Amino acid sequence: MTGLRSAASLAASIQSGDTSAADALAASQAAIAARDDEVRAFLHLTDERAAEQAAAVDAAVTAGETVGPLAGVPIALKDNMCTRGAPTTCSSKILEGWHPPYDATVVERLEAAGAVVVGKTNLDEFAMGSSTENSAYGATRNPLDTTRVPGGSSGGSAAAVAAEYVPLSLGSDTGGSIRQPASLCGVVGVKPTYGAVSRYGLIAFASSLDQIGPFAHTVGDAAICFDVISGHDPLDATSIPEALTPTVPTLDDGVEGLRIGIVSELMGEGIDADVLRRTEEAAEALAAAGATVDTVSVPATIYGLAAYYLIAPAEASSNLARYDGVRYGQRVDGANVATMNTNTRSAGFGDEVKRRIMLGTYALSSGYYDAYYGKAQRVRTLISDEFAAAYENFDLLLSPTSPSTAFELGAKSDPMALYMCDVCTIPSNLAGHPSISVPFGTGDDGLPVGVQVLAPMLQEPLMFRAAQALETAAGGLA
Amino acid sequence: MSGEISRDEVAHVASLARLRLTDDELTTFTDQLCVVLETAAQLNALDLDDVEPMAQPYPLSNVLRPDVVVESLDRDEVLSQAPAAEDGRFRVPPALGEAP
Repeated sequence: MTGLRSAASLAASIQSGDTSAADALAASQAAIAARDDEVRAFLHLTDERAAEQAAAVDAAVTAGETVGPLAGVPIALKDNMCTRGAPTTCSSKILEGWHPPYDATVVERLEAAGAVVVGKTNLDEFAMGSSTENSAYGATRNPLDTTRVPGGSSGGSAAAVAAEYVPLSLGSDTGGSIRQPASLCGVVGVKPTYGAVSRYGLIAFASSLDQIGPFAHTVGDAAICFDVISGHDPLDATSIPEALTPTVPTLDDGVEGLRIGIVSELMGEGIDADVLRRTEEAAEALAAAGATVDTVSVPATIYGLAAYYLIAPAEASSNLARYDGVRYGQRVDGANVATMNTNTRSAGFGDEVKRRIMLGTYALSSGYYDAYYGKAQRVRTLISDEFAAAYENFDLLLSPTSPSTAFELGAKSDPMALYMCDVCTIPSNLAGHPSISVPFGTGDDGLPVGVQVLAPMLQEPLMFRAAQALETAAGGLA
Repeated sequence: MSGEISRDEVAHVASLARLRLTDDELTTFTDQLCVVLETAAQLNALDLDDVEPMAQPYPLSNVLRPDVVVESLDRDEVLSQAPAAEDGRFRVPPALGEAP
């Protein structure tokens, strides 16, 4: 049968009857069984549900029906997306044993398009982290070098694609949690426009920043998946009501005449020299493909990290108040409600989650709100305004995705060192803009480097075009 | 904002957030939160008086659904996932006083 690298060709061969969804599922399960004891991308497999869905797709093909664009394609979901009747833990002890009573909207849309959900992947607890080491169920390893981290927080989903267990997976991105692991694992990762993809059934971390997006080996597969999962959902009050422009039809339109700006503030201090060199080569490749390339200054982006580490913990402290031992997950009993709440939360949350809850509670507390949360929200406007000014002269922007290639497990034990991983990716979340990480050659250590294409609100079609041009150019790199 | 937080303040914040910390944890978290708040203090360099705060990137207001009855989550399925339930409700320890 067709391999597990390309969703588009696998779906085509299932639709044509050359192979079956059942065979594709079996191949995916065999690949996981062969290697996941070492990589540990998956927390749970959803074998029963997958078998039912694969059988339904095969029955539809046999009956001569046209199945969806992801017909029979095995797919992995980050374990912070609700799957009815199957575990959803957020890699936290506090949700151990919980089986959601409903499916996330993205799960319904994927299955309606024919995709087969094979399992749930590891993450940093509640998506807080950049290495997937911070999981209550152990670290995930980078399939390209198992002494290294896969990045995070969606490290399990990035690793599942990189290890060729599945051609597609979904992650969530609050400050870089799709793009940074994509960069470290050598795959494509997309953070869509805020509101483009429904968050219904995505367990909330920072609600004004969170967005679901795909991982894939190719820009084309990521575009197909984005077109499937995006679009208005009445169950998410922040879902954009206007119809979105599909990205697949214009994917190969090239970059001729596009104006692309390299963000100068994201090309300096703190970024490794080999990563900078690849980003410059990516800019040259876009110029060679017909784009006009120049540098552009977006000065407030250097304050993005500081603003993010107030806004995200503040929203998290509020969102995570719901884990009180009453409605779902674990409870550690106590003589009264307050003691039970405290016992449950103290035992159920890991250290990074506690750190962010406390930081957020402090930033929102009386007397500090204006100094911290209020100020960070104003910086958000500043970054957004400066991006808008940059987009008066440019169609798209370019930067590195991650300051470095994949680092060794345990290398960044200090929280602030880990937070710095997100310096290039955070500005897009603060502004709500889409961006994509595309593999572009390797660093001095032979590990993948990702380059980030940033686009204005809802300009995914343009963003995917430039990403496609980069992917073509990357094929010819030394 | 000074970019610092005291041990007592961390203990207070932890109690507001319903978290119990050991003495060692209190020391470690205080040190770590100080480092993060020092980074946050970079924002003091900016003049933001004339800048409006931004709560979310794509403002929508009054997002309402039609007032019609639709199917909701199955009550028994929801309650089956709770740590304790009884008579169609979530069961909790006493809110006032203590359990015998």
